[in-house]
Amino acid sequence: MKKLNEIKRREFIKVVGLSGGGLFLASYVPLQNVLAKPGDDPKIFTPSVFLKIDSNGVVTIIVHRSEMGQGVKTALPMLIAEELEVDWKNILLEQADADRKYGSQTTGGSTSIRRNWEPLRIAGATARIMLITAAANKWNAAIENCEAEKGFVINKLNNEKLSYGDLVEDASKLPVPKDVKLKDPKDFKLIGKRVHRVDTPDKIYGKAIFGIDVVIPGMLYAAVKRCPTINGKVLNFDGTIAKSVTGVSEVVQISSGVAVVANSTWRAFNGRDKLTIACVAGPNVAKSSEDIHKELVNKSKTDGFVFEKKGDVSKSIEDEELVESIYEVPFLAHAPMEPMNCVAKFEEGKAELWAPTQNPQNARSEVAKALGISENDVTVHVTLMGGGFGRRLVSDFAVEAAEISRASGKPVKLTWTREEDMKFGWYRPPSMHVLKGSIDKKNNPIKFSHHVIAPSITQMRFAPNLPPQNYDIQEGTVGLEYQIPNMRIAGTTIKTNVPISWLRSVYNTQNPFAIESFIDEMAYSANKDPYGFRRDLLPDDSRLKNVLNVAAQKSGWKTEKNLPKGKGRGIALFKGYDSFCAQVAEVTVKNNKVKVDRVVTVIDCGIVVNPDLVESQMEGSIAFALSAALKGEITIEGGAVKQSNFDDYEILTYNEMPVVEFHYIKNTYSVGGVGEVGVPPCAPAVCNAIFAATGKRIRKLPIRLS
Amino acid sequence: MSKYTLTINQKKQTVDVDSGTPLLWVLRDSLNLTGTKYGCGEGICGSCVVHIDGKAERSCILDVEDVVGNSITTIEGLADKPDHPIFKTWIELEVMQCGYCQPGQIMTLATLLEQNPKPSRKEIDDAMNEVLCRCGTYQRIRKAVAKLVEEK
Repeated sequence: MKKLNEIKRREFIKVVGLSGGGLFLASYVPLQNVLAKPGDDPKIFTPSVFLKIDSNGVVTIIVHRSEMGQGVKTALPMLIAEELEVDWKNILLEQADADRKYGSQTTGGSTSIRRNWEPLRIAGATARIMLITAAANKWNAAIENCEAEKGFVINKLNNEKLSYGDLVEDASKLPVPKDVKLKDPKDFKLIGKRVHRVDTPDKIYGKAIFGIDVVIPGMLYAAVKRCPTINGKVLNFDGTIAKSVTGVSEVVQISSGVAVVANSTWRAFNGRDKLTIACVAGPNVAKSSEDIHKELVNKSKTDGFVFEKKGDVSKSIEDEELVESIYEVPFLAHAPMEPMNCVAKFEEGKAELWAPTQNPQNARSEVAKALGISENDVTVHVTLMGGGFGRRLVSDFAVEAAEISRASGKPVKLTWTREEDMKFGWYRPPSMHVLKGSIDKKNNPIKFSHHVIAPSITQMRFAPNLPPQNYDIQEGTVGLEYQIPNMRIAGTTIKTNVPISWLRSVYNTQNPFAIESFIDEMAYSANKDPYGFRRDLLPDDSRLKNVLNVAAQKSGWKTEKNLPKGKGRGIALFKGYDSFCAQVAEVTVKNNKVKVDRVVTVIDCGIVVNPDLVESQMEGSIAFALSAALKGEITIEGGAVKQSNFDDYEILTYNEMPVVEFHYIKNTYSVGGVGEVGVPPCAPAVCNAIFAATGKRIRKLPIRLS
Repeated sequence: MSKYTLTINQKKQTVDVDSGTPLLWVLRDSLNLTGTKYGCGEGICGSCVVHIDGKAERSCILDVEDVVGNSITTIEGLADKPDHPIFKTWIELEVMQCGYCQPGQIMTLATLLEQNPKPSRKEIDDAMNEVLCRCGTYQRIRKAVAKLVEEK
């Protein structure tokens, strides 16, 4: 996604005295989506609360981002605990409800650590300094002679000790220091360590409560029948037979379809199956994937809006060798293991939700909008979630649950079936890529042009008049580090009524696939080794070049001649989310079947907060990218999604997982994101390896060799 | 609606549900044993694996009336022994990510190792390949299984 203008943010930290004598340390992070109230008295200013310490010394850290497997529930508190100097094992964690006072809670774009790296450490450091000051005042000692350690302040001169709990009251009366000094990275005790995940035991014992596991008093169960075609509208329905199903109590119409409420999930599903609904087909009833493909082809013949330009790609150069290819990828579904679901209770004009959402504030505002009530009357509790991958950034399931609860007058748990999850998703848009390049007679690349054609998520959903320079489809196309004298990067959007949305690494799932595959084609055209070709095109001080070199070295990069017949090695790289990643894939191709044997992945994400979490994100990114490269395809037929479950929308299995070798660069650059950066280079590395093994260039995903 | 008496985690429990109700929903909705997860409803993904008389079965495609008289164990039953080697290894190697499929992974592995403490690579592959994980924890599962087999 195109980043919003970076704004230097100031963090305001203030202490709010609590009736219970607790020290509340609060950070207010003004973000663009937060309505500032400049006229308010600071005392009633509602700052965010990331941490509290009570007079018993209990430290509670509030996690304001959503835990969906990536480990924020472990990594974000590490930032606070590092600066607070508190025993990691004695911290309580609380999941924050949706509230703008936290700043952005949107768990997407690999931002959780990047955007909270400073605010959370400042929150921890400020609290520590105030506790130290309180102790120094008590002892009449110099602050310099006092230090904090594991929840205590110690007087270094006489080893006197006071616990944080003992200091809470005094500390809360102190003025809040400005410009607190943060630790030098070399002094980190927690950051950089493989700290165990806080959520593992409950999850593996089957005790953890995901959205789908939430039970509240008086709760009933709901299922929704939707019109079969995308954007179809219910004309009328007959719930008589559905209502006769044992346990079914209500049949109610909501904005997306007709809901059946029953006293168990299974009965709700059965009731839903017995519903008869008449629909007006959506405007797309006759549309198919083939139509969308044709539109992509038509638009591929245009020039596109130029995002970036250097030199002149249209001027012919003597003896240049032209290379030209077209790449294409389909719609994809997120398909997290936990299908969409939500618990909602609408009572006396107020809605309370328990939602597995990556986007709590959006769920809150969308529910308020749908019910016509104030956001202040909507509470969203964020649950654990069985994967997100971007799907849970959309709040459709929360709106449905709230509408059903209001219409039926009962608290309800809405559960989507897997089939509904597959057929009524928000898909990764398809795209086509026209790539052209040329090589001069000295075998140097002299031209590179890329025209991406795809539906724009922003344009379709938020800004119909989006100016072309702001097209989100340019993500991953611009700012390439390759030094080629003549470059042209352009894009064209197409319209689609198929719901589209952000899927892990978004347009970086598409553009780098085309670019890194095509760079490979150019390397072969120039008779150069694909690794050396890339290396020579990158500036010397480039962090991207460094990860590329390390990946080549760690993988034992040699030409394909050194691998046995039928095997090949491919390389690709990517930068984004303030991180850099290079991958080398090794494949075996036998009887037109591809087996990915090994992926060496090297990441430079600056300071690493928890190497174990980075490593699991890399493994996960590779598995996610391979599902898409080897298998993933959502097709539209007659205005509806054809696929319905994991048998026709397959994902990677245990036996298909390659050996992943993980390496990271140790440095002190500012933190980069790690949840997505490993996805983009994987598909092109694999396809480049297939070319090395077979001489066949894959230009369309999913990979089909026969 | 009928009453069925089931033996779950060595405890007899009577539930009042319709015949044909999948065991999965009986566990989850009637007994609040929510560690067994719903993933696909068709026996494809393996998130709902439980043990029926010691054998790994998919509870989403088992009718309640077909498991009366059998011994049913869920992840909660296995977790009665929180120091079970599988749990210990899972924590030590930090296998899981979102954790949703992990009860299914663990229950599948538990029967395999119960029946055959030293399974071959192929036996492991055949069993574990049947449980899907969208987060991509397969490599760590593989390492954990290898460690468990080695330590047997």
